[in-house]
Amino acid sequence: MKCRVCREPAVVDVRRHNAAFCREHFFHHCEEQVRRAIDAHRMLAPGERVLVAVSGGKDSLALWDLLLRLGYEADGLYLGLGIADYSDESTVYARRQAEAVRRPLIEIDLADQFGYDIPRAAAATRRAPCGACGLSKRHLFNAVALDHGYDVVATGHNLDDEAAVLLGNVLRWDTGYLGRQHPVLPSAPGFVRKVKPLVRLAERETAAYCVLRRIDYQVEECPMAAGNRHLGYKEILNALEDRSPGSKAAFLGGFFARGHAHGDVGRGRVTGRAHLQEVSARLELGHAAGRAAALILLLRVDVDFDAVDGLVARPGDAHDERARLALAQEVRGETDAADLQEITTFHALPLCCADSSTRGRVLDCRFLLRRRPTWMP
Amino acid sequence: MKVLLRNPRREVDVRGPMTVGSLLQHLELNPESVLVIVGDELVTRDARIDDADAVEIRPVISGGAA
Repeated sequence: MKCRVCREPAVVDVRRHNAAFCREHFFHHCEEQVRRAIDAHRMLAPGERVLVAVSGGKDSLALWDLLLRLGYEADGLYLGLGIADYSDESTVYARRQAEAVRRPLIEIDLADQFGYDIPRAAAATRRAPCGACGLSKRHLFNAVALDHGYDVVATGHNLDDEAAVLLGNVLRWDTGYLGRQHPVLPSAPGFVRKVKPLVRLAERETAAYCVLRRIDYQVEECPMAAGNRHLGYKEILNALEDRSPGSKAAFLGGFFARGHAHGDVGRGRVTGRAHLQEVSARLELGHAAGRAAALILLLRVDVDFDAVDGLVARPGDAHDERARLALAQEVRGETDAADLQEITTFHALPLCCADSSTRGRVLDCRFLLRRRPTWMP
Repeated sequence: MKVLLRNPRREVDVRGPMTVGSLLQHLELNPESVLVIVGDELVTRDARIDDADAVEIRPVISGGAA
């Protein structure tokens, strides 16, 4: 095969682009895909401090390298998960890359600093290991970024990761998760923005990038992830991709284009004393700001009216303005049943909850209001 | 040729010469799920591999649900 750009011998083929590349032009291809993802989804602004979640695997190490080459100020964060030899080995790769790129690597060891590791957390909470791991990571990425003054957390989720998550959510028609799946999770008070700049690169490309850049990474799979559902989805998607190159990108890209064609329209905040899990579950299951607001009233929690009034209405968009007014009225108890029809064109996205084990304590739950995606009935 | 496979790590003998594509077909591996490294170099699926080559087939699928 010849490089599509220079016609020199190729070292890697990318079938979904019907292309093969030499080493140098493959590097350019990867940088270009990341740059396009960042631009298209407005992930990063010049001068922002980026914290890259570094696991020692191919994706996070490639991401760190690529962001630095694109000129971003990016440091690393490594979490010691306590998964026996696997974690010991991953630490070595993360530190080695930090030395290679000459950037700081913040290291947090779960067992040393919080008294638990992933195997123990999974057993104690009766969660699947990947669930306990993901929950810990999401919390700590944000907490560390805030503590150290970073503007944004970047994770190495790639095209295959996101396509597999999408397939799983579609198979279960889990509209709550579908509504939240996006390469950018906007910042909110107490939460930094989270971005996924590798969504345009398949993991075969991030692996090839590391091999060609001579970036050593942990090839062995996490022993606790063996047999998990997402790995099965990836195998299925790759079988489709082999028969029909471009399927994964079309599947994911089409979802992003339809699901978020109109973007976020505002965010709200709920504070009060209640059973936190109940509130968050109701917000999530409501899928509609109107229903969420009604449930907030039922639970007798205080609502930050400024946040509700702060819903962004697009100039000249009467539909949004009606919904905004109806929601504000609903939250204030001035229910107008007719307007609820309009409000249901939104769905509520709980961004976070303070502590999932909280009962009867003051809660502070923020939510994001988005226009209902076009694929939602 | 000696072919190193991962997850789990093991080595198999395959008689060459053959192309990378033929090797993957022989081992029933999806080309979308692996990289093929001959010596230290990444190769495309039309590359020819000789009996004397050391080949690594590296899986690229990774990750939990997080």
